Amino acid sequence: MMQPVSQPVSGDPLLKVENLVVEYPLGNKTVHAVSGVSLEIARGETLGLVGESGCGKSTLGRAVMQLRRPASGKVLFDGQDLTAMQGDTLRRMRRRVQLIFQDPIASLNPRRRIGDIIAEPLIISGVKDAKKREQLVHDVLGAVGLDPQLVIGRLPHEFSGGQCQRICIARALVLNPEFIICDEPVSALDVSIRAQILNLLEEMKARYGLTLLFIAHDLAVVKAVSDRVAVMYLGRLCEVGPSEQLFAQPAHPYTALLIEAIPVPDPDVRPAESVAVGEPPSPIAPPSGCRFRTRCPRADQRCSDEMPELREVAPAQFVACHHPLIGAA
Amino acid sequence: MTGPALLSVEGVAVDLPTPRGNLRAVDHVDLSIGPGQTLGIVGESGCGKTMLSRAILQLLPKKAKLSGRVIFDGQDLVRLDRERLRKLRGRSLAVVFQDPMTSLNPVLTIGTQLIETLQEHLELDGVAAKMRSIELLAAVGIPAPEQRLMQYPHQLSGGMRQRVAIAIALSCEPKLLIADEPTTALDVTIQAQILDLLAREQRRRHMAMIIITHDLGVVAGRTDEVAVMYAGRVVERAPTPDLFKKMRMPYTEALLAAIPKIDAKPHTPLPAISGRPPDPTRPLKGCSFSPRCKYAWAQCQIEKPRLEDADSPGHQYACFRPLNIPAGAPA
Amino acid sequence: MATLELSIDQAAIASPVRTRRLGPLFWMAIGWMTFVFALAAFADLLPLPSPFDMDMLERRAPMSAAHWLGTDGLGRDVLSRLIYGARISLIVGLCAPVIGLTIGGALGILAGYFRGRFETLVVGSMDVLLAFPPLILALAVTAYLGQSLLNLTGILGVLGIPAFMRVARATTLTLARREFVIAAQALGASHARILLRELLPNVFLPLFAFFLLGVAVTIVVEGALSFLGLGVPPPISSWGIMIGEGRESLEIAPRLAFIPAVTMFLTVLSFNLVGDTLRALTDPRQGAL
Repeated sequence: MMQPVSQPVSGDPLLKVENLVVEYPLGNKTVHAVSGVSLEIARGETLGLVGESGCGKSTLGRAVMQLRRPASGKVLFDGQDLTAMQGDTLRRMRRRVQLIFQDPIASLNPRRRIGDIIAEPLIISGVKDAKKREQLVHDVLGAVGLDPQLVIGRLPHEFSGGQCQRICIARALVLNPEFIICDEPVSALDVSIRAQILNLLEEMKARYGLTLLFIAHDLAVVKAVSDRVAVMYLGRLCEVGPSEQLFAQPAHPYTALLIEAIPVPDPDVRPAESVAVGEPPSPIAPPSGCRFRTRCPRADQRCSDEMPELREVAPAQFVACHHPLIGAA
Repeated sequence: MTGPALLSVEGVAVDLPTPRGNLRAVDHVDLSIGPGQTLGIVGESGCGKTMLSRAILQLLPKKAKLSGRVIFDGQDLVRLDRERLRKLRGRSLAVVFQDPMTSLNPVLTIGTQLIETLQEHLELDGVAAKMRSIELLAAVGIPAPEQRLMQYPHQLSGGMRQRVAIAIALSCEPKLLIADEPTTALDVTIQAQILDLLAREQRRRHMAMIIITHDLGVVAGRTDEVAVMYAGRVVERAPTPDLFKKMRMPYTEALLAAIPKIDAKPHTPLPAISGRPPDPTRPLKGCSFSPRCKYAWAQCQIEKPRLEDADSPGHQYACFRPLNIPAGAPA
Repeated sequence: MATLELSIDQAAIASPVRTRRLGPLFWMAIGWMTFVFALAAFADLLPLPSPFDMDMLERRAPMSAAHWLGTDGLGRDVLSRLIYGARISLIVGLCAPVIGLTIGGALGILAGYFRGRFETLVVGSMDVLLAFPPLILALAVTAYLGQSLLNLTGILGVLGIPAFMRVARATTLTLARREFVIAAQALGASHARILLRELLPNVFLPLFAFFLLGVAVTIVVEGALSFLGLGVPPPISSWGIMIGEGRESLEIAPRLAFIPAVTMFLTVLSFNLVGDTLRALTDPRQGAL
């Protein structure tokens, strides 16, 4: 029941991830990067995925794109299972899903001119008319706030980080995709440039009608652009919920920890003596049961024996915890 | 700040020759810090804060030209001979860098690096140095310190490595610790732990500390004074509460506004600063921030503003059109 | 309205002034190389006596108007032999590394990109090839197939493949992990497209710099083999042969050995200089500070 690639299915979520597991070998051990993650993103929504380094969020993003094949689980994009696709079918699907990376300068081939870089997706997807390509490149560069005349003939190293990120965004947009995965798009940029790029992403989302998966480790940044937020720890989801609600009333102890740890630029807010204990365990040998239990002040025997599953504790807010901060145990 | 300054930076300028012309990385900076105090230096990449810290430590690249004076504990470091400078560094003047993976020697064990430092500066014998190393590792919160002595940096996590770097820095009881982006490479929960650790150790040892960072949030609750740098100059300097509440320099205001706040509603557009920092090889005639400043007028483009005193003590800013925010009112 | 980011200043900067000082030495090397090339290429058009003409009355003659650099032990014009010898050195010196560059380079890029069993196979076979003592191998080939220009070029070319493979593979390994390659994959580019459009332009310059160094080495190796009598067969002249023959006349006419030696030295030095400069130029290009 293969539907033609371009026909959307109405009503269903645009992206549905079911029990995704991603592992890869490291020497003779296995890194359990993602261990059974399920989530949904509705059309036009921005889902923020937040977590610290090693939690698997970037791996999840790549696995959704099938740049890293999952060990098991499904990724349903517009109803079609990406994990079951190969070769040309997968390549055609790729036009609808794009990726923006953390390091904007490394994302551009240092020896190609900007005009060629942005035209590349058009060439790959078969736009043969050179004039048409040129026009599309000009349009998209203008949309991201760069003057095409000044930019097209240059090489990436002539631009700053912020400008390179704009170019990467332009490249992602030129095929008019439906879904963009942003993998730490502003982490490598200066504070004043971050705000520019975040504003730009919001604008592009509105203009092109995009759905976004926004991956970052900075909670404030994630909150600024997301409708819903998912918190990830050591390969599993801890909590998912609407942005404002989640930050105002976190249900998972880890979410609360993250929020507390954010340095607030206000001298009156004395930073609380952090309750964060210890370091995240290694994804090679994650703890049994709830993975956060080694650092959680509320952990008990049940947390060690039983892996908590996501359940709803407040309207549209789901938490995977035996002793959540809100809602009954 | 009462009493003589522990460190006094006077008119320091750093010039770097590059193929594109002279690069003025630091442009006449004056700073001072007293014993036991904490100074935060805030700025974005390219503002010169790292070069400034290198200038203080006299660790500039060979081609760099330094002018001005750096008076530490009564001695001008710029004029000090190499031998005495070496004895000073590590002993009274310590540094913690951003990336512990590169500031720790990857082929030496933690123990070797710690013990080496102790033996060099405090002239302890092997056994005493080892005991002290274990004490230090425990003090910075590293579990099972005896085992750690045998480990190599790559076997530790980023947070652990940074703790080791701090242990090495603190080992000789320095009077001043310079922390150059100490937590930028770390996760936010580990960042909080490391900053707490630094604050705790500082209080215990009555040590002065300079925290260099791009994150205003890091300096807000943890410093006595903050200096904001832009394009090689200090553009505003004030006791911390005054800087956040009574800022005068539009750049400070813009920087603060551009940070996404955790209590803001999602999808509120952020007040971004348009444009980007100037090319340091082509310095502007007037104020470096003027092309991006929404308050700039003619004078700002012709003349460079000098640091002037504001009404509150210890507050200085460099601007022809400062903000007039009354104390307490929201921005 | 997206903030218009690029200021007009940008236009003034044009392209960055990449004045990596290509000093006078570099240009002198280029000059010498061009000179030698030109002479070798247009040898037939020059008013030179034939390099094979033996004038038994004028053996080991000093420099004169008729013979600008004198004659050698068999009365042949030294200048003429030198220039025709340049042909041999350059032909072998350039063609043999080209074999290494194309085959070794291709294998290296493919191995570095695809990894896995293919890489193990490639690296393993290169190791086997390297395990053979090169001189013995060259001897064996020439003994079996006969001494000729073609065979010599062939064997030297094959012997150079592992080195090129290594350089290409190392460069590819660092590049293939960078985001711009992943970005190309994310766009749905085929492997061929990624290899040709993304990787090759970046791998090419370091490979080419290495190629020039390879030319230098090959000229020396050809010279050594010819000196030992194992290179090109007589009466073709080559610098190595000339040095070998000049060995006999070292006491009477040392110039017979030194002239070709100095010429070879200068040529090899030039290739080395240019190769090194190119390598330095291609190294860190990652934006400024």
